[in-house]
Amino acid sequence: MAARTLTIDGKQVSADESATILEAATDAGINIPTLCHLDGVYDVGACRICLVEVAGVAKLLPACTTRVSEGMEVKTDSERLRKYRRMTLELLFAERNHVCAVCVANGHCELQALAYTLGMDHVRYEYCFPRWEVDNTHPLFGMDHNRCILCARCVRVCWHIEGAGTKNVSGRGARSQIISDLNQPWGTSDTCTKCGKCVMACPTGALFDKGATVSEMERDRTKLEFIVTAREKKQWIA
Amino acid sequence: MDIDDLNEIAQKERAARKRYTLRCCMAAGCISSNSKGVKEALEKAVKDAGLEDQVEVRGVGCMKLCCQGPLVQIDAQGEGATIEISADGQGPLYQKVTPEDAASLVATLKGGKTTVQRGDPAHPFFTKQLSIVLANSGYVDPERIESYIAADGYQALHDVLREMTPKEVIETVVNSGLRGRGGAGYPTGLKWGTVAKTASPQKYVICNADEGDPGAFMDRSVLESDPHSVLEGMAIAAYAVGASQGFIYVRAEYPLAISRLQTAIRQAKQYGLLGSGVFESPFNFNIDLRIGAGAFVCGEETALMASVEGKRGTPRPRPPFPAESGLYNSPTLINNVETFANIAPIIRKGAAWFAGIGTEKSKGTKVFALAGKITNTGLIEVPMGTPLRTIVETMGGGAPDGGRIKAVQTGGPSGGCIPADALDTPVDYESLSKLGSIMGSGGMIVMDETTRMVDVARFFMEFCMDESCGKCIPCRAGTVQMHHLLNKILARQATIRDLQKLEELCDMVRNTSLCGLGQTAPNPVLSTLRFFRKEYLDLLVPDTYGPRQNGKAGAPPAAAPGR
Repeated sequence: MAARTLTIDGKQVSADESATILEAATDAGINIPTLCHLDGVYDVGACRICLVEVAGVAKLLPACTTRVSEGMEVKTDSERLRKYRRMTLELLFAERNHVCAVCVANGHCELQALAYTLGMDHVRYEYCFPRWEVDNTHPLFGMDHNRCILCARCVRVCWHIEGAGTKNVSGRGARSQIISDLNQPWGTSDTCTKCGKCVMACPTGALFDKGATVSEMERDRTKLEFIVTAREKKQWIA
Repeated sequence: MDIDDLNEIAQKERAARKRYTLRCCMAAGCISSNSKGVKEALEKAVKDAGLEDQVEVRGVGCMKLCCQGPLVQIDAQGEGATIEISADGQGPLYQKVTPEDAASLVATLKGGKTTVQRGDPAHPFFTKQLSIVLANSGYVDPERIESYIAADGYQALHDVLREMTPKEVIETVVNSGLRGRGGAGYPTGLKWGTVAKTASPQKYVICNADEGDPGAFMDRSVLESDPHSVLEGMAIAAYAVGASQGFIYVRAEYPLAISRLQTAIRQAKQYGLLGSGVFESPFNFNIDLRIGAGAFVCGEETALMASVEGKRGTPRPRPPFPAESGLYNSPTLINNVETFANIAPIIRKGAAWFAGIGTEKSKGTKVFALAGKITNTGLIEVPMGTPLRTIVETMGGGAPDGGRIKAVQTGGPSGGCIPADALDTPVDYESLSKLGSIMGSGGMIVMDETTRMVDVARFFMEFCMDESCGKCIPCRAGTVQMHHLLNKILARQATIRDLQKLEELCDMVRNTSLCGLGQTAPNPVLSTLRFFRKEYLDLLVPDTYGPRQNGKAGAPPAAAPGR
C-alpha cells in the first residue's frame, strides 16, 4: 500500500493508491454528488453524475471508477459540471413517470434529493410518459418500473452481495428494464431469496416494501454495509 | 508443416493453373444477384464445350464494382490467347452476368462473340485503386487455403516465427506507421507494444468484426474474400504480444463471412498453421469465433469483450484499457479486421514500403464502401491522402442521372457530413476530424441535392437511440430527447429555442457519455449544423412566446403559436 498525494478542489489530499477519486474526496470531507454509486457494491460509472474535471485530461472522468494518481488535480465543482449534472437529472425526470407527490419514496429519494441540492427546479425536455408496468407479484416487495432510473444497484447487490442472481437488465436503450430471472413476474422467481437487499439499495421508489404508502418507504442502507463489513473484514459492526 | 511444405503447396497450386481462369464473384453482394447460378452455369458450359482441361471456373471474393454484379473476369496465361488482353494484362470483364449468358461467355474462348455487357477494367474506379488489404480479393478462392498460399499466403507468419523476435515484429509495425482501421486511428504498433509489455500468463488477441455502421461493408468483404489474411495477421499479432488464444467477434448478420471463417480456420488447423506448434515452432495459437447477437454497441471494445465473456454487451469505463486488463481481466489486443489484414503485407514487403504510401501521419491505404447516390457503388481501396473528389467523382462517377453531389457522409453514426465544397479534402485521419467528421471504419455515403440534411441527422440519431445500450443516462435519455427535437424541427413545430436546446444537448451528451457511441452520437447533428445550418433555420417557426423565464410571468402571447 502506497499513498498518493493529490489536490481536490484546491485541498491537498492523501489517499491510498487503490482509492478512487470519490473515496479520496469523501475521506477529505469533500462531497461529490453520486447516484448509481452505493457503498459496499462495486462501481460501474453509469449515471455520470459524479463526473469531475482532472487537469490535463480532456475528458470528464467518473469519480467513482477513476483511481487517484500522484499530483492529480481534481475539480469536483464548476459551472460546467453543475450544468451537466442538472441536465442529466432533467433527462431522468423526463424519461419515465416520476411523480414525487404520490411516490412511496417521497422525502427519502436520492433522485429527488439530488434535484433539490443541484438546483434542478424544472424540466425543459418533453416528458416521454412511457407505459410501464408495476410488478406486484412478489409476496413482500413491489417493483414500479415507472420510477426506475436503471442505476442497476439492485442487480449488483443481488449478484454480488446476496449471490442470488435474480435481478438483471433486459432490452437496450430507453427500453432497458430491470427483470427477474428470465423476464418473468417477480413472484414466480425460483432464485429470489426474499432477502430484500435490492429494496434497500434502490435510490428511488422503484423497489419498495409492500404495504408502504406515500412517503413511507425509508431505506436502511446500513444493512448492506453491515453485511459487506462482516464478509470482508470479519467484523460484525455496521 | 515447414517452409518447404508451404512452398510445395504454392507451387502445386500454381502449376495446376489452366490456360483460362473464369473468375466469378462469390461475395455476398453478387450472390444476392445470383452469382451462384452464374458459376454453376459457367461450370456446366465449360463441360459442355469440352474445355475442362483448359478452363478453370473459380469462385472468388469481392471484385469491387458491386453495382454491376454479378461480375465475371477472364484471365489467360501463356501465348496465343483467343481473348483480348489489355496492355496491363487484364482480360475482359463482364457485368450483370446471368446464368443464360454462360454459354456465350465460354464460347468467346473459342473465338465466339457475346452480347454480355462489358465492364471497363481501365476505368479510374479500378486503376486509381491501390490494393494491399484487397490485393487477393477477387483473385483467390476464399474457400481454399491453397489458393491463398499460392498468393504468398502464410509466408509472413513463417518469417516472423522463424526469423524475427516479438520485439522486432512490433518495431516493424511501429515503423510502418499503421494506425487502427476501426475508425479512431490509434497507432497499432503502440497498442501491440503495450500488450506485449504487460506481464501476464494469459493474453488474448481479438479481431473486431462487428461492423455495424449503416452502409459500411468493408470488413464483411475482407472476411468473405480473403479470410486467411485476417487469420495470418492475428497469428503474427499473437506471436508479437505473447498470446495463445484469439477470438473473432463477427456479427450474425454476416453468415457468409462466418462460414468462410470457419472453413478457413479448419483448413489452417489441418495444415498446422494454427493450433499447437505453428510451423513446428513452440508457438501455439487458436482462434475461435464469437457471433454477435445484433447490438451495434458490441463494436465498442469493452462491450465486445463483455459479450465474448457471455455477459450483457455493455461498455465499461476506461482506464483500465484492454491492453492492460481486457478479456477475463487479461491483457488483450483488440484490432479491426482491416488492421489485421494489413499485417502480413507489411511483414512481407517491409515497414519502409508501407510507410512510403499515404500521408505524413496516415500511412498505407484505406478501404471504403461507396454507397448512396453515386454511379459506381462498391468497394475501393485508395492510398491515404487521396482527395474525396477523386473518390466520389473520378472513381465513383459522381451522382447518377446528372444529379449534383451535396455532401459525403463518412464514419457512420459517429461521423459527419462533408459538404460538396470541401471535396478537395485529402482523406486522412486529421483532415476529416478537422471537418468535424471522422475516418471511421470506411463507410462513405454520397448524398445528392434531393437529400435533406436534417433528415440525415435524424436518421443517424434514431440509429444511435435504438442502439444505445441503456447503461449511461446521457446516451440513453439524451439521444431520445435529441431525436424528439429533430422530429419537432422536421414537423415545423420547433422554434429557435428548441434548436438551442438541441445544441446544448449535443454538447452535454458528447462530453458526459460513457463510451464512444454516446460521445460521438451528436456528430451527425453537429456537422450538419455546421455546414447546413440554414436548412435547420428554414424549418423553424417564429418564437411567438418570447424567451420563457422560469418562475416569472412573461408577456401574454401575441398570437397562437405557428403550426
